[in-house]
Amino acid sequence: MSASKSMAELAAEYGLSPAEYQVVLDRLGREPNDVELGVFSVMWSEHCSYKSSKVHLGKFPTKGPRVICGPGENAGVIDIDDGDACIFKMESHNHPSYIEPYQGAATGVGGIMRDVFTMGARPVALLNALRFGDPEHEKTRRLVTGVVSGIGGYGNCVGVPTVAGETNFHRGYNGNILVNAMCVGLARADSIFYSAAPGPGLSVVYFGSKTGRDGIHGATMSSAEFDDESESKRPTVQVGDPFAEKLLIEATLELMASGAVAAIQDMGAAGLTSSSVEMAGKGGVGIELDMDAVPQRETGMTAYEMMLSESQERMLAVLKPGREEDGYRIFKKWGLDAAVIGRTTDTGRLVLNHHGKVVCDVPLAPLFDDAPLYDRPWVQPELHPRIDPKDVPAPDSWPDAVLNVVCCPDMASKRWLWEQYDRHVMADTLHDSATGADAGVVRVHGTDKGLAVTSDCTPRYVQNDPYEGGKQCVAEAWRNLTAVGSRPIAITDNLNFGNPQRPEIMGQIVRAIDGMAEACRVLDFPVVSGNVSLYNETNGVAIPPTPTVGAVGLLPNYDVTVGFGGMAEGETLVLIGETRGELGASLYLREVLGREDGAPPPVDLALERKTGDFVRERIEAGALTCVHDLSDGGLIGAAADIALASDCGIELDATSAEHAHILLFAEDQARYLVAVADPSTLIAEAQAAGLHASVVGRARGRDFMSGDLFRIPLDHLREMHEGWMPNLIQG
Amino acid sequence: MSAAVIVFPGSNCDRDCKVAVERSTGARVDMVWHQDTTLPEGLDLIVLPGGFSYGDYLRCGAMAAQSPIMQAVKKAADDGVAVVGICNGFQILCEAGMLPGALLRNAGLKYVCKLVSLEVANPNTRFTAGYQDQTEVIMTQGNGDGNFFADAETLARLEGEGQVVFRYVDNPNGSVNSIAGIQNARGNVLGMMPHPDRAFEAELGSADGATLFRSVLDAA
Repeated sequence: MSASKSMAELAAEYGLSPAEYQVVLDRLGREPNDVELGVFSVMWSEHCSYKSSKVHLGKFPTKGPRVICGPGENAGVIDIDDGDACIFKMESHNHPSYIEPYQGAATGVGGIMRDVFTMGARPVALLNALRFGDPEHEKTRRLVTGVVSGIGGYGNCVGVPTVAGETNFHRGYNGNILVNAMCVGLARADSIFYSAAPGPGLSVVYFGSKTGRDGIHGATMSSAEFDDESESKRPTVQVGDPFAEKLLIEATLELMASGAVAAIQDMGAAGLTSSSVEMAGKGGVGIELDMDAVPQRETGMTAYEMMLSESQERMLAVLKPGREEDGYRIFKKWGLDAAVIGRTTDTGRLVLNHHGKVVCDVPLAPLFDDAPLYDRPWVQPELHPRIDPKDVPAPDSWPDAVLNVVCCPDMASKRWLWEQYDRHVMADTLHDSATGADAGVVRVHGTDKGLAVTSDCTPRYVQNDPYEGGKQCVAEAWRNLTAVGSRPIAITDNLNFGNPQRPEIMGQIVRAIDGMAEACRVLDFPVVSGNVSLYNETNGVAIPPTPTVGAVGLLPNYDVTVGFGGMAEGETLVLIGETRGELGASLYLREVLGREDGAPPPVDLALERKTGDFVRERIEAGALTCVHDLSDGGLIGAAADIALASDCGIELDATSAEHAHILLFAEDQARYLVAVADPSTLIAEAQAAGLHASVVGRARGRDFMSGDLFRIPLDHLREMHEGWMPNLIQG
Repeated sequence: MSAAVIVFPGSNCDRDCKVAVERSTGARVDMVWHQDTTLPEGLDLIVLPGGFSYGDYLRCGAMAAQSPIMQAVKKAADDGVAVVGICNGFQILCEAGMLPGALLRNAGLKYVCKLVSLEVANPNTRFTAGYQDQTEVIMTQGNGDGNFFADAETLARLEGEGQVVFRYVDNPNGSVNSIAGIQNARGNVLGMMPHPDRAFEAELGSADGATLFRSVLDAA
């Protein structure tokens, strides 16, 4: 904002390309002032405009019989019967969390909750998908500790249970961790709130925390690559106040229930700018704000600072005529700052007044729905060839191989982390990270219904084949929801990639979206909300492509839900699904052989659906009490999880030493492992349904073992599995 | 039978407590805002719920202890009405001087959420009478400041007078003598860190909390 700089130089500093700045000049017909330039630059940032991804996001199926509101609003809304609706979304807070892990992660949780309650839902479940760098990297421990404290510190205080999540470690995230937070809320289907201002001449009310100088240009920072100077960007990170968020939730829901709200929008990325532009733009009206009326935490703030601030826990609402007093009564009860800061107009312009002067007067259209769009050049990603399983050697030491896979950083227990999250508040949690289940399950309060929630992505698959990997993220989420007995309904996606201006990165984005879209179509699993996080690079090195999928399933009767901790001594393990021996990009390859090559397991989506439908139908019939999907680590990974969660040994059937590692470690998709008392009936039913099913072992004793290959005492396996993360943190 | 749950700004187990008491006992449960100065007539039980009252930005429970409604709560306790403070509610009772001792930062310096086994240290209280021969109960806990501490003299009195109501089987937070819950000398005010309000139905992992609420209202 230095006066010595030209506007063109300032535009570059704010992240606008010379061509984009020229468009600003064309649309305005004059040079913008610094406030106007700030407004354009944040609205046109990748974070707010999706300018590099939008042309491809259109490939996602977004409609379905249960979709009430798809992408484009604060969060997606689905119909869960009986007049109930579920509202959910996942969003990244990657850059802030790397720079300042506690506040970055905390405000990520706060932001995603606001997206959900802004639409009228009470948040009922939180999830998080975390990707950290190499465990040995000097920054990893500090980042893990800070992020986990931040997530817990915020979610615990607000009082929403954190019920599920995933945590990966890979050197590819050394310079750019990923913190993706998901919130799921419940509302009545006839009480959903939207952001479009319904007409001109209505009061615009600001409520919540005061505006300070924190987070200025956060959205722009999130849209740029990192370099060695990134730590100096700490002032662009926001500071969270979960107590204020709790008050804001209660006040917002009370205000909505009072009938006073005509439109509402939280102030998230790009703060007051994006919230006012969204409300007016979507409503097809104009908006005029009095910056002097904005509640301010500091003196002497400029209009530029107020418009660009990303101070947390703030809302903007358009109230119905004459309902201001209802608002003030509720805000006073909850001790929140509030002020009428402007009105909607019929001009189609964003006008800001400050100290008696007009400091911004720009048309809304170019900001809102006429932002630049890019169909960026891309190249077909280099695909890894399939690895013939016969070419993959057996391990030198079987016990070491089993322990290396089951207790590797991606597979080891994350108890250290999730014990710091309140998983039980709201007293409706049926499955969480502690109970041994493929998805979190919470009751729909006061009903017999349950919601299953999961978050999934296998970046190493996407890296080696973005299309198949993209399919797999969606398929695994669908499988996880199925394994707890729920009917998968819809997903939210959180696409984390590198710099889209590099054709090979753009190729990852395009092909991953193609794969995800195909999986969504075949599985009837529409995308209802999402978030794109690009420029996840440091010094020109991109993260592994990480399109995280957050998904929700419905249990019409929560009594049927199952986990994988219920196996009893003497039961038989049955593998449902076919094992062809897909070892490419597997954990066996990485953790035992030190290789990360090979084509990931292909996903036969029709088979995935057929297999899952069979398993779900058996769960709903009450025939299955212990179900686990097969994913990381294949049969060994699933069996070890079941043994540990059930506290019972497993004896896997011995096969020829020549082929055992293929059968036990392959990561073929569309497979489930179940424990049953009567395997012959289940196998007959599966075969009648046209599926492979066979006995692979039994629950017996206190060892995890297979013939002469390995025999690991369950207690030792548990010690290794539980010990990895505490050992990492203690160093 | 009637009960009240006090709602402070930042309480987040207020609804849980209401639902738990209703489903466990069938009692009518009113929600009372912290700014109120009077309680409903004829209460048998007052619950101070868990959460982060006032964000726990001073000491946990310190500001809530000064809320207007606490005068009425103290008077009701003096009149013999049963009061149960859970988690943040326990911290509030200590800060309000209605129970001795203090809750310090957990020994591991971290928030800990897990199922805990509790020994019913005194089965002859109005809170535990319903457990009868059941000497061990399961509840869930979730807190960062659940490490109970009292000086030696107070501790001797608590132990000697049967005021220790629950003890952790496996101490998760460094509490002195593994204390998880205590009552006042008169035996009508209970403070505990674990959550009976999250353990009132088997599908939540335990229904042992329901017995506690039933005991209180059976004794009323």
